Amino acid sequence: MSGRIILIALTVAVGLTRTAAAQSVPLVADLSNHLVAITTGFTGTDVLLFGATDGPGDVVIVVRGPATNVTLRRKDRFGPIWANADAVAMRDVPSFYNVASNRDIAEFTSERIRDLYEIGLESLKLKFVDSQLSEKTRQDYGDALIRLNTERELYSPENGKVSLLANRLFRAELHFPANVPTGAYEVGIYLFRNGDVVSGEFVPLIISKTGVGAEVYDFAHNLAPVYGLLAIVIAVLAGLAAEAVFRRT
Amino acid sequence: MQIYLPIAEMSVNIFLILSMGGVVGLLSGLFGVGGGFLMTPLLFFIGVPPAVAVGTEANQIVASSVSGVLAHWRRGNVDLRMGTVLTVGGVIGSTFGVALFSLLRGLGQIELVISLSYVIFLGVIGGLMFYESMKTILRLWAAPAGRAPRSARGPGRHTWMHGLPFKMRFRKSKLYISALLPLGIGFVVGVLAAIMGVGGGFVMVPAMIYLLGMPTQVVIGTSLFQIIFVTANTTFLQATVNQTVDVVLALLLLVGGVIGAQIGARMGAKLRGEQLRVLLALIVLGVCFKLAFDLVITPSELFSFGGLGE
Repeated sequence: MSGRIILIALTVAVGLTRTAAAQSVPLVADLSNHLVAITTGFTGTDVLLFGATDGPGDVVIVVRGPATNVTLRRKDRFGPIWANADAVAMRDVPSFYNVASNRDIAEFTSERIRDLYEIGLESLKLKFVDSQLSEKTRQDYGDALIRLNTERELYSPENGKVSLLANRLFRAELHFPANVPTGAYEVGIYLFRNGDVVSGEFVPLIISKTGVGAEVYDFAHNLAPVYGLLAIVIAVLAGLAAEAVFRRT
Repeated sequence: MQIYLPIAEMSVNIFLILSMGGVVGLLSGLFGVGGGFLMTPLLFFIGVPPAVAVGTEANQIVASSVSGVLAHWRRGNVDLRMGTVLTVGGVIGSTFGVALFSLLRGLGQIELVISLSYVIFLGVIGGLMFYESMKTILRLWAAPAGRAPRSARGPGRHTWMHGLPFKMRFRKSKLYISALLPLGIGFVVGVLAAIMGVGGGFVMVPAMIYLLGMPTQVVIGTSLFQIIFVTANTTFLQATVNQTVDVVLALLLLVGGVIGAQIGARMGAKLRGEQLRVLLALIVLGVCFKLAFDLVITPSELFSFGGLGE
């Protein structure tokens, strides 16, 4: 968190210097699309991130999805069968987390810096609701969270998919899979020189449902009893229609 | 072609869902069963959250029962009075079942309870069905042709069940029994239907024949009749309490299911009853063993998301 406060301060500072001298902005970036709409045919999408730096350096992109509360359960043996035994709750877990850079992050950053800015899955700070948990439990559940979300393609480890052009321009394709959570995303872009962040920028990204799917979802949640009744009416009509069609043949 | 399911919040292949509906519909047409007990586990296997699978399957069964009951209704094979008493029990049972479902979901034990219920009921019913139909087949082979096997159930059987109060006359079923019996059976099947995402026909039909002693020709029609109301109640409650009814998924399953059921019914007319029953028993036992096996083997991933807010 402190990393982000520093970064916001940095961004403000950058903003101030930008008004003073427009040429000396070390980093600018933007997305090809600030709104990803999940429609009925949604199968995932790519958003292009592009930008420029004022000289050589390494670029790291961190995409964070909206924070959620998560409960993880662990199975244990009860006689012959396996069943959920204990559970651990976590607060403000990013529902999506993706890091991209132009080369292996370990080559140009220290662990301290990565922890400070929460860059990389190992540096992700997890907040456990129960503060009495043992170090071992935290480690096990933390690893499980990352493993499960990586399997669901919601977390992905660092990779070198940012391409740099002539040490000035950079671009990256950010991939969002079909099961991407909806909400307000935060795309952080960091410029590294000599192992430290020299500039950073945040670009917002909204992922939301639109079209029929979104309306069905809103309807089901806001007018649940009416939705339930309508579901029954649709089913009865469909049943009658099916019977009528096949009685004739 | 992918389609986004708005309530399950996932993308699925539209043809996969259609063919799942088709195959289960084929089996249900072939064997004259609802098919919910096969569809719900299949939905789990493709990654639909259990709560959504159960709620949506209830919605689909409303449709398939409506289309199924009409033929029986026209032939006069629905005992309305019996159906109504079973429905009253079923509605109370399914209301209780949905509440239990929410409670177990919060405790993170819903999947275990669903699996265990399937293993127990599929195991008992598949086993009994296999035993009965094999016995019939073997007797048919042994006996000279033309002699039908005698029914085990004779008239004048008197048990403790006939001593219960609140007797009612069910003219179509030719029964004079306590209303508590169908009420109780309706209740138990209602609870199961709500938790397992099934119509409950596979429990209801044997219960009607062996426990109540109803004549076989009114059993299917009456069972379908009450399933409509019990699954409608489950649909309404799952939609209201848990918001887990996906209309898009239900409609897709229905389209495949209706077509499959018609083909299955035509194929079934050409096959022998006992052989069909053995086949169905083997499928039921197969699903049972698969679910039991999954409970017993060491899981490759011990952790899972779940509980409140997930």
